Amino acid sequence: MSTVVPRKTKELDRVVVRFAGDSGDGMQLTGSRFTTVSSLLGNDTATLPDFPAEIRAPAGTLAGVSAFQVHISDHDILTPGDAPNVLVAMNPAALRANLGLMAPGGTIIVNVDAFDQRSLEKAGYQANPLSDGSLAAFTVYEVPMTSLTMQVGKEAGVKPRDAERSKNFFALGLVSWLYSRPVEPTLAWIAERFGGRPEVAEVNTRAFKAGYHFGETAELFESNYQVRPAPVEPGTYTNVTGNTALAWGLIAAARQAKLPLFLGSYPITPASDILHELSKQKHFGVRTLQAEDEIAGIGAAIGAAFGGALGVTTTSGPGMDLKAEAVGLAVNLELPLVVVDIQRAGPSTGMPTKTEQGDLLQALYGRHGEAPVPVVAAMTPSHCFDVAIEAARIAVTYRTPVILLSDGYLANGAEPWRLPAVEDLPTIEANFATQPNHERADGTAEFWPYLRDPVTLARPWAVPGTPGLEHRIGGLEKQAGSGNVSYDGENHERMVHERAAKLAAVAASIPPVAVDDPDGLGSAPVLVLGWGSTYGAIAAGVRRVRARGLKVAHAHLVHLNPFPSNLGEVLRAYPKVLVPEVNLGQLVKLVRAEFLVDAQPLTKVQGQPFRAREIEEAVLDTLGVAAGSATSEEQE
Amino acid sequence: MTDLAVPTTTRKDWASDQEVRWCPGCGDYSILAALQMLLPELGVRRENTVFVSGIGCAARFPYYMQTYGMHTIHGRAPAIATGLAVTRPDLDVWVVTGDGDALSIGGNHLIHALRRNVNITILLFNNQIYGLTKGQYSPTSEVGKVTKSTPFGSLDTPFNPISLALGAEATFVARTHDMDRKHMQETFRRAHEHRGAAFVEIYQNCNVFNDGAFERITGRDQRADMLIPLVHGQPIVFGAEGQYGVVMGEDGQLRIAPVAEVGVERVLVHDEHRDDPGLAFALSRLARGPFEPTPIGVFRDVERPEYGEAMTRQLLEAQERRGPGDLAALLASGGTWEVPGPAH
Ligand code: SF4
Repeated sequence: MSTVVPRKTKELDRVVVRFAGDSGDGMQLTGSRFTTVSSLLGNDTATLPDFPAEIRAPAGTLAGVSAFQVHISDHDILTPGDAPNVLVAMNPAALRANLGLMAPGGTIIVNVDAFDQRSLEKAGYQANPLSDGSLAAFTVYEVPMTSLTMQVGKEAGVKPRDAERSKNFFALGLVSWLYSRPVEPTLAWIAERFGGRPEVAEVNTRAFKAGYHFGETAELFESNYQVRPAPVEPGTYTNVTGNTALAWGLIAAARQAKLPLFLGSYPITPASDILHELSKQKHFGVRTLQAEDEIAGIGAAIGAAFGGALGVTTTSGPGMDLKAEAVGLAVNLELPLVVVDIQRAGPSTGMPTKTEQGDLLQALYGRHGEAPVPVVAAMTPSHCFDVAIEAARIAVTYRTPVILLSDGYLANGAEPWRLPAVEDLPTIEANFATQPNHERADGTAEFWPYLRDPVTLARPWAVPGTPGLEHRIGGLEKQAGSGNVSYDGENHERMVHERAAKLAAVAASIPPVAVDDPDGLGSAPVLVLGWGSTYGAIAAGVRRVRARGLKVAHAHLVHLNPFPSNLGEVLRAYPKVLVPEVNLGQLVKLVRAEFLVDAQPLTKVQGQPFRAREIEEAVLDTLGVAAGSATSEEQE
Repeated sequence: MTDLAVPTTTRKDWASDQEVRWCPGCGDYSILAALQMLLPELGVRRENTVFVSGIGCAARFPYYMQTYGMHTIHGRAPAIATGLAVTRPDLDVWVVTGDGDALSIGGNHLIHALRRNVNITILLFNNQIYGLTKGQYSPTSEVGKVTKSTPFGSLDTPFNPISLALGAEATFVARTHDMDRKHMQETFRRAHEHRGAAFVEIYQNCNVFNDGAFERITGRDQRADMLIPLVHGQPIVFGAEGQYGVVMGEDGQLRIAPVAEVGVERVLVHDEHRDDPGLAFALSRLARGPFEPTPIGVFRDVERPEYGEAMTRQLLEAQERRGPGDLAALLASGGTWEVPGPAH
């Protein structure tokens, strides 16, 4: 289709669009299409899917509202944005649930057909917000999306009920026009995705075009907008969610270690997509087992590891509770194992679809006995790829279970990712044992499964099938060296120290934590220390503070256990340390205990990530500066 | 893994240097001996043999075998063995478990390993008691069992392990007992030959906490009248002269009758390979406990695709269809765009 030159096109450097509707309205699909097209255009993007926990909440109610927020920009951005510039509300409930996020002056596009008496009541509106003046602070566009979509459906000869389902494509077309997105990629995508159902493809195409033309021709909009490509590092880019990146990282890690990949997993939100993705990649030799429960998932992964595979289990908080005993077993067995925890709001079932960083202390300490486990955390969706490789490196090199922490925000959020060169990925050495390693008193050779490497303190990994290295391992305490069962107290103490020393050996292999302090380490009066998914919000908040001419430093941890060896030095270089976390202050406890520094927590536990503005305000507060009017978001 | 002939071994080669530490007189000794004597006959290699266990007296078994072994956590052995067996189809994976381990804390893993038909051989040492924790009643203890945790008698109905395995879609189900080495060896051999999950219940005497639990049926003088040997293709008869037989009544119920009275043609002929497990199930219910004539031997032996093999087949088919995995192509599979360098 030809693109008609619009009346006026205004340049924007960034925009935040939020698509909201009923969970059956296809808002996630609409949002991610808009994101992909924007990425193809070269914009930087960051997304925040926000969907209800109930798979089928009653239609039209607040509980059933599903939203997808995307931030697109001509410069690199770090978060999905704070306040949306544009809200697309497919029904009254979507408007009511999301209005609170909007800043005055924002634009609201509503599907006016859905604002009938019944729908208004279901959403809890006494009066129609479109006519009672309550939206006076916003620019509101009322678009009859349902009826216009049914109109094109009728032209295509499709039943009204089926046609109505395409109204999200109308909305996508309209917003695509509003932000001058090219139409061809979406039309091609519709053709491919719905290729098997030509009538669905037809209505979706027509609805999409109708939305686009509506923007062009209706006299409603006075202008449309353009967001130019972001100047980013040259390279090949794709858009990736955290869970997909994590699954691919595991495949890459197995490839780099020349080990077969085995995943034992039980479905759980928000981790299941990793199981789904790996189950698709069988041609990589990936074996996936949907286990009978969480315990079997990790148990099977341990069994596979004994046999010489890269054993992985994936889960979320409740599953971590169940796996604790098996993680302890893996600590004793000293076999490589990667345990992935996509954190969600807890305790118990909590809020399955909402994000949180509440499992840090559990990852470090949630087992009986002295059971140290290395812990790593991903910072952004694409970083999940690198962290998966790093977790596998530590697990395989040091023969230990490793816990990888991601969370719901990273898992479902997407960002553009500059693809790494596959040949530059780090290699991982499995170094299987092939020979006996100990001499008996009579001079004959035997194999001792707990004779450690002097540098890594790793024990030899001898896999079944290797003649002469037959040995038994287990959960009972083992004698140092020989690996025979031992109840000797002094031997136990030695083994406890050896397992702890292995963590210190890991520390020697990880890079020092980098500090973003433009004038050099210790120049700023305050350091913001973060871990995991708060990276984007902290980096953006720090930029805002700097835009006011103030100094602030930022350090972000990937390795939570052991810590990078320079962390103490970094913390002591700053008079004030602020630790933002989506929990009640877990990392802050660890650094206070470990380094005796007066670090202060900044906490938020609303099932949502931090906003840049919240970080900015907390830093200003720490600096003793009045926030006054917030800086322009353009700094973000 | 190689074409070389399997080296000849003796019982000694299969025993580790660890001192065996079960209570003197425990039935576990005779099971260990039966297996260590059998393995040299099976044409298998020590390095390709793995014993996996959970927790309990029986779970010490792997330490005594000069093979690969894993003594894991309570109840989880079938799950752990599943991960090993599906990734290493070249191995012989044995699971050694007990009634508490397999049927109480690990019940879920047992039934799922059986229904998946993973290529593992499960030996369940059933002594109807908790031995390692010193004498509490178990999920196979009879109702009214007086133990430390049930001073007024236990209330719960026990599991019948054979019925449970049959209900869990097991493809190989057998029973043997620790007083008959030859029968054990024959049963273990059959279980080992089976492709898929093989389940063997072994009546095992715990002489410390539940002595004589099976004495009434396994005692040397009782056996002929109290054990009903199941032999494929043969009428199910027992007694010193084969004078009793298992018949199906008009009501569909199995019962025991003197062969002379009912005639041998009315005696059921055992068919291990019947696809419908109904008759095997009925046989497993013939005795209400080890105090009535009890069938032993192979209840069921049918073929169904083995889980690990099926999993491997899916990988090979995927590789045929799509070629071996190409990581660079995978990373680009969601669509890419180029950001040109400054030179452009
Ligand atoms: S407690 Fe019973 S089962 Fe355990 S070793 Fe002693 S006799 Fe054997």
